[in-house]
Amino acid sequence: MSSTKPRDDRRAAWWFLLPVLVGFAVFYGYPAARGLWYSVTDYTMLNTPSYVGAENYSKLVQDDKFWNALLVTGWYVVLNIGSQTLLALGIATLMHRLTRSVVLRATLLLPWLVPNVTIGLLWMWLLDTNLGFFNQLLHTVGWGPVGFFTDETWAMPTVAGINTWAYTGYTALLLYAGMLQIPQYLYEGASIDGAGEWRMFRRITLPLLRPVLALALVVSLIGSFQIFDTIAVTTKGGPVSATQVIYYFIYLQAFKYFHMGYAAAAAVFLALILGVLTAIQMRLLRASRSDLA
Amino acid sequence: MNRVTRAGAALLSLAVAAGLAACSQSEEPGTGEAVTLNYWLWDDNQKASYQQCADEFTKANPNITIKISQSAWNEYWQNLTTQIAAGDAPDVWTNQGSYYPQFVSSGQILDIQPYVTKDGVDLSQYQGGLADLFTKGDQRFGLPKDWDTMALVYNADHLKAQGLDAASLANLTWNPADGGTFEQAIAKATVDEKGRNGLDPAFDKTKVKVFGFLPEWADGSQGQNGWGNLAASNGFTYLDKNPWGTQYKYDDPKLAETIDWFKKLIDKGYSPALDKASTLSRDSLLNAGKGAITFAGSWMINSYLGDGAKLKFAFAPLPAGPQGRKTAINGLSDAIWAGTKHKDEAWQWVKFLGSAQCQNIVGGNGVVFPAIKSASEKALAAHTAKGRDVKVFVDEAAAPGGTFFVPITEHGNEISQTVQDAIQSAILGQASAADALKKANDQVNALFK
Repeated sequence: MSSTKPRDDRRAAWWFLLPVLVGFAVFYGYPAARGLWYSVTDYTMLNTPSYVGAENYSKLVQDDKFWNALLVTGWYVVLNIGSQTLLALGIATLMHRLTRSVVLRATLLLPWLVPNVTIGLLWMWLLDTNLGFFNQLLHTVGWGPVGFFTDETWAMPTVAGINTWAYTGYTALLLYAGMLQIPQYLYEGASIDGAGEWRMFRRITLPLLRPVLALALVVSLIGSFQIFDTIAVTTKGGPVSATQVIYYFIYLQAFKYFHMGYAAAAAVFLALILGVLTAIQMRLLRASRSDLA
Repeated sequence: MNRVTRAGAALLSLAVAAGLAACSQSEEPGTGEAVTLNYWLWDDNQKASYQQCADEFTKANPNITIKISQSAWNEYWQNLTTQIAAGDAPDVWTNQGSYYPQFVSSGQILDIQPYVTKDGVDLSQYQGGLADLFTKGDQRFGLPKDWDTMALVYNADHLKAQGLDAASLANLTWNPADGGTFEQAIAKATVDEKGRNGLDPAFDKTKVKVFGFLPEWADGSQGQNGWGNLAASNGFTYLDKNPWGTQYKYDDPKLAETIDWFKKLIDKGYSPALDKASTLSRDSLLNAGKGAITFAGSWMINSYLGDGAKLKFAFAPLPAGPQGRKTAINGLSDAIWAGTKHKDEAWQWVKFLGSAQCQNIVGGNGVVFPAIKSASEKALAAHTAKGRDVKVFVDEAAAPGGTFFVPITEHGNEISQTVQDAIQSAILGQASAADALKKANDQVNALFK
């Protein structure tokens, strides 16, 4: 009873996929569809939504506050991703080439384990202009107080710095895992040939790390665009609107002003931007896949 | 029709019949059936008082149980909105001016005027004007439960060291041009690192140790904790009519003058600059000895005079401006959800909350001032018994023409953000107060078109 026809596994596969598909449909598909629908209505949470066409979208592109929110978010992403990636790369290299202590690795993850609201409160006190530890330090060396959260120039770099502090450990660990995949003999060979650490980093570590680096970038970039909790705790979008990022803008519109339809339109817009950015990054990721082959 | 569906149809008709029977049962009037009412509030300091009220109420109405839920201010309004949107709101909730117009215009709050008329509730027992705050036309959306007014709070020992005692602070004057005796007091209370006060010609404004005055710049569109009171005493009115006005007047030069005066305090070194200000609350700064005087609402009494205070604080009346002394007065009420299944029972509870019986309990605990005048006296007595001098809040509330209501209109939260941003930008020097407020006013009034 030999049969040349291979057994069809597709039926079984669908059964196994079913729980995930149902979960996806209920928790992602349906809310996303509802969100799309709300974005073309005048929904306020308390009324029956009625269709208003593209009105929310046309109002959105004319809203200075919305463009300001995008701009401010962009500035945050540049500051946060830039500092976080550089710092994480440095730390990962040190862990890889200098010490592989498990205790150190665990310590690095500590800030990442603290809830964001706690982190926000902690730094709000540390950096406070009048009562904060940092301004006391500045004062003892003769520098005037810096309004880390209340000065327009400093507010965003401060928020970005706090989140860099919180997430660098996690990114560093991702990169470190990537470095472990690089064969040891490459380093041995290079050091026999007389290459220094810096040269090895530039010629071996960095090029071979590219796929992992790209992945870490995709993950942290999307996360970075979603900055909300630190701002909600510390600056509340201020001073004036210097830290009113896109998520805070959506929050205000939806839950403070009850413009649910308008907020949904802004959220759809954000999803589009993130989609495009991710697509670009995925291309970069694929292009670098064959480096270690 | 096959057998299965026929059986189903039979079952269904049975269920419908049973359901109808159940309905007709519960519709019988005055059966005294057990009812649980959900009641929401946000202030954890007041939960115990209202639990006492609820216990008394259940004693008198054994068939009605009150379930009190408390959540913090920010979550409170989000939860409430979500629950209303989901059609599962609490039967009765504590209401406040800035969110309540939204619920009224979407028809979520029950008009209790018919009940008030039927039961003959005496509206004159409440502190002047409070009962009218929660009306629209001839509809009524709540009975007043409490009120708050504003005063100055100061670090008593620090001011004494600078030669300012309670008597010298009792009759301060203020005007936007030279700040009157209020500014003199602030100058005296400001001390630099070498111990010189703000009136000393050698005073170093770059090295201030104690700021004479701590302003509040995250104060929305009302300025209840600062500029609103002074602007009102300078003759500023917020809008054409309150509640339910549709034309704001933030472009009034009298408001811009007031904001400019606050900016002058910063320039002279008597107040911290906004970009060098703390994001922490003013009471933590006062407790740390970094500031000497600020505005405080009567809801802060227990923070400043209670066991948690690290320094000795005292209250003084607000300074009198060109138009006299003006304090913001704000009141809360209890609202009944329009969708509640137990309207009559909810009214019984709201009526009890608005009665002397409950408000005397609340007043006796000395946490807030109840809306009923006699209960307010009880609260004052409770504070005095604890050795706390808070008479100034009651005196200001009772002074004829000495109070103003903060605006209650639609779009409250949006106006709040717009005006707050404008005032902050003026204080930061990005724009002149007059220009920033003019622009904000146009934006605000555009919301009503």
